[in-house]
Amino acid sequence: MVIISDEEIDLLLDDMLEIYGYDFTEYSKASLRRRIQRIIVNDRLTSFAEFRYRLKNSNDYFTHIIEEISVNVTEMLRDPGFYRAIVEKVIPVLTSYPFIRIWHAGCATGEEVYSMAILLKEAGLLHKSLIYGTDINPAALDKARQGIFPIGQLQQYSRNYIAAGGKGDFSDYYTSSYQLVKFDESLARKMVFSTHNLVTDSSFNSFQLIFCRNVMIYFDKKLQDRVLQLFDSSLEHFGFLALGTKETIRFSPIASNYSQLGREKIWRKKS
Amino acid sequence: MTSSRPIIIIGGSAGSLQAIFKMFTGMQDINHIVIILVIHRSRGADQGLEEIITAKTGLPAKEIEEKEIPVQGCLYVCPPDYHLLFEKDQSFTLDYSEKVNFCRPSIDVSFESGADVFGSSLIGILLSGANSDGADGLAYVREKKGKTIVQNPEEAQVPYMPLQAIHRNIADHIFTTAEIRSFIGELRK
Repeated sequence: MVIISDEEIDLLLDDMLEIYGYDFTEYSKASLRRRIQRIIVNDRLTSFAEFRYRLKNSNDYFTHIIEEISVNVTEMLRDPGFYRAIVEKVIPVLTSYPFIRIWHAGCATGEEVYSMAILLKEAGLLHKSLIYGTDINPAALDKARQGIFPIGQLQQYSRNYIAAGGKGDFSDYYTSSYQLVKFDESLARKMVFSTHNLVTDSSFNSFQLIFCRNVMIYFDKKLQDRVLQLFDSSLEHFGFLALGTKETIRFSPIASNYSQLGREKIWRKKS
Repeated sequence: MTSSRPIIIIGGSAGSLQAIFKMFTGMQDINHIVIILVIHRSRGADQGLEEIITAKTGLPAKEIEEKEIPVQGCLYVCPPDYHLLFEKDQSFTLDYSEKVNFCRPSIDVSFESGADVFGSSLIGILLSGANSDGADGLAYVREKKGKTIVQNPEEAQVPYMPLQAIHRNIADHIFTTAEIRSFIGELRK
């Protein structure tokens, strides 16, 4: 195994910033180290120098690094208790808006975007909704646009759907062929997928609901605070911010203007 | 990292909770040491494992929060469905990347990251379990001059996991829970 030192990680981060304009310097070093070591093993590289040479000299290889360095693990209706709260406490509030805008920041391959579209459809709100899914990784977004997912996890998703309080039959939302399922086009028609880098890109719209789940755990405290400010400036008054199970806004500067919905990781903007 | 502040990471799977109860029940305190538990469990289930551990052992236990820096005197429990990593400032990072050895948290992942940060101050303990997670990580702990302890498979409820480490000859000690308990007590001196 090629072991990478802290100094070597810093070199790579400098390269990525200087050559390609991607800033990972405020990401968790422990996590980055694992991602980079994983790429080196998967690509059968024999040294740090070889990795760095490819990074510096090939645009294609850098694209590959972006795809592999970002964590694309996601699933539909993950944490059913959380989605139950979305159905029972958030969606009823959204009903009153003439037009609903939702942002999934760091959506990876889009499973959570499809989850939300299904819940909106069941509430009779999808027709007046637009869901934005953004990620740093364009390859993941391509998958999201297609709405095609491996069949292996569908059983788990069906269980999540029932536990989250789904009203219909989960299998009505997809068609399966061989090892893949494709989700209904009517869901995708209400989605917009686009690359967006939370580190460097600014707000691009205003929303009533923003999801960012299991993304900020990879950021250091300073970057977390900055990203939370970005969400704050992108949320309408009384809008909702939904984070991952182990994430919180508690220690951030925006906390005082938000109140948490019970124990769920959902916060509502006060004004 | 100074060697004056030993850090213990305990990895376990099936049958490991009983061993943990035996090791810590009735222990006066653990104020001399940081202890981190990386235990396989089904997500959703076992919510409040830390409460159970406190109720059984009388020792303070808490679920790990991201960015938290551990202090002596508390049993830190890795939350289900996240990997646990360590930063250079010794703070925790939770990570939701791919499962390793079909596990999240993976014991290998925490042993390896812990060895990088804590080096010779790290003590890795591998308990009862039914899969091979933990052995690679324990080998790396040893490579980084940390100490490695494996639960005696004769005593382990499910000996498979300790045996993986023993067969690779990477255990500094093969201890029963009673022996691990007195080993932890000895660190006080």
